[in-house]
Amino acid sequence: MTSRAGTDGEQWAASDAGRAAHVVDLSDLRFSWRADASPIVAIDSLRVARGERVLLQGPSGSGKSTLLSLLAGVLKAQQGSVRILGRELGGLAAASRDRFRADHIGVIFQMFNLIPYLSVLENVCLPCAFSSVRRTRCEQAGAGVDTTAARLLDNLDLRGDDILRRPVTELSVGQQQRVAAARSLMGAPELLLADEPTSSLDADRRAAFLELVFRECERERTTLIFVSHDASLAPLFDRALEWSALNRPMMVRAPVQ
Amino acid sequence: MILGLALKSLRNRRFTAALTVLSIALAVALLLGVERLRQESRESFGSSVSGTDLIVGARTSAVNLLLASVFRIGNVANNVSWSTYQRIAAQPEVAWTIPLSLGDSHRGFRVLGTTSDYFAHYRFAGNRALELAQGRRFGDAQEAVLGAEVAHVLRYGIGQEIVIAHGAGDVAFALHSDHPFRVVGILARTGTPVDRAIHVSLAAIDAVHAGHEEHADDPLAAALKAAGQEHRLNAGDRVDGRDHAMADGTDKAASERTISAFLIGLKNRSAALFMQRRINESRDEPLTAILPGATLLEVWQIMAAAERSLFVVSMLVVVIGLAGMLVALLTSLNERRREMAVLRALGARPWHVFALILGEAGFLTILGMVLGIAALYAGVAIGRPWLEEHLGVYMSVGWPSATEFGYTMLVLAAGVLIGLIPAYRIYRLSLADGMTIRV
Repeated sequence: MTSRAGTDGEQWAASDAGRAAHVVDLSDLRFSWRADASPIVAIDSLRVARGERVLLQGPSGSGKSTLLSLLAGVLKAQQGSVRILGRELGGLAAASRDRFRADHIGVIFQMFNLIPYLSVLENVCLPCAFSSVRRTRCEQAGAGVDTTAARLLDNLDLRGDDILRRPVTELSVGQQQRVAAARSLMGAPELLLADEPTSSLDADRRAAFLELVFRECERERTTLIFVSHDASLAPLFDRALEWSALNRPMMVRAPVQ
Repeated sequence: MILGLALKSLRNRRFTAALTVLSIALAVALLLGVERLRQESRESFGSSVSGTDLIVGARTSAVNLLLASVFRIGNVANNVSWSTYQRIAAQPEVAWTIPLSLGDSHRGFRVLGTTSDYFAHYRFAGNRALELAQGRRFGDAQEAVLGAEVAHVLRYGIGQEIVIAHGAGDVAFALHSDHPFRVVGILARTGTPVDRAIHVSLAAIDAVHAGHEEHADDPLAAALKAAGQEHRLNAGDRVDGRDHAMADGTDKAASERTISAFLIGLKNRSAALFMQRRINESRDEPLTAILPGATLLEVWQIMAAAERSLFVVSMLVVVIGLAGMLVALLTSLNERRREMAVLRALGARPWHVFALILGEAGFLTILGMVLGIAALYAGVAIGRPWLEEHLGVYMSVGWPSATEFGYTMLVLAAGVLIGLIPAYRIYRLSLADGMTIRV
């Protein structure tokens, strides 16, 4: 864990993160897009331990991505508590949540992960532009930002200067997803959120991709929350949660009426 | 870092960005060009006549007299008799006079008949006197002194023989070919209509027309001449006796001579209004006397409407240029929403996203402005000879004036203001989108 004096949030990162019992701790969480609509996310309780790899499996459009946005602090729940690394996100201002996300959370999307006008290397280094914490971690690991990026890409089977300097638009979808994974892992964030990153890959590539991501997560004891509609992935994870069992918006609505 | 991203993003869309910058640059160049042309034309108009207290001609409108006598635009319909000129020149308040006789031309340039007083008393641009770049002043009837522009355009030097034609057009109908002139002097450049005139003595004009009359191959000129003589006869009746008191004591040709107008310098400036009134109310011959400064203001008033519409048009072009930028930015937004979502996931704050777009608008506007100003200077540098030759406007390559600076700042402010629209839009979108784009 990095030790770095700075704002409240950063000091907290140094002192509490290591001691937090759970990386993710949700309770009584309710979120709806409009105040008068029924909630799309309603989770009574969810705890994820450090280093745990959790699969959230459920159909598309059922609110899984919304949950990830809540965990990342992009969205704010109307009700309930979202504690990440022991920090209550609901108590933070929007700018602090943005900084918290920059420092502690990596994200991989299904598609459109990369900034098209940046090279592979520039894309991977991007998190360090928004977070000095993650930049410092790269440096403390005994390597510069560029070296760390090259090492991560190497670990994900993207090798050589040729690929580092290439525009991302020239890569295949599978390669792009691995670049996105490398970027999300830059500077060793404690929590990695993945939103259907394998759905555009074929079965062989999917398994290979997951294996690479898992290996990297293990190295840094990164907690992984992985969202997918694909139930066949379940055996690969420490824990597989059925989204419909976890998220029960209808149960909430009943007592209100 | 945000700046680096913005620049790389822009480079990625360089074709649209370049078009946007180009349209803003052209708009700015046009706006500033119109303003500069306005300033310079006023300045060169204003500096064309100075030190002259009154301009007198046959009865006509003040603006017509000023334009014809000083700027050589248009013609005076009637002439002033030599005797009347002599009488006014002899007034005790008058310090000096310069008689002007117009109506002839040489290859599109006006021929001005005058006296050596022209070189002694004519002032321009504050208090600058005419200077000879080469040669000497005209002496006898066959000599001419060229304005700088005339010598430059027609590539004439000292000793060149020229033939003048009746009328002011480029294509002359009647050539006074029996009276060729020899160039004896070339004036230094003044940046005024003086540069575009060929100066000869009044006696030379007399001689040319005396000879021409005998040929009578130009019925229009002959008719005009006849009318002029009749007029002079009438005028002569009333001022009888004074004709004999001519200062230069010239012959009959001089006594029948008429001039187009004359400039007056007074001993005391404060007498100008009094003199103007006296000349205007004189019963001897219907005359118009004008104060050049006051009449120049009238000219500006006439030109103001044209200037305003030109200004409005150039402003509209700026608006169109900026609207083009708005369209380009707005159409790029959808594509860039994904970009913004990625940046948001990486920890970018909504205001980063806002600043990215606004910065882009500001950057494009500034780039357009800089290029526009550069284009203007290049245009002025390249187009200067043409402007001088065809419009008689002398453009200077100087620093932007306060007004021009004001306009540039106005364009910048408008550009940034317009940038607020897409910036706010993507700000709202990225707040709503978060990390996932809900289309």
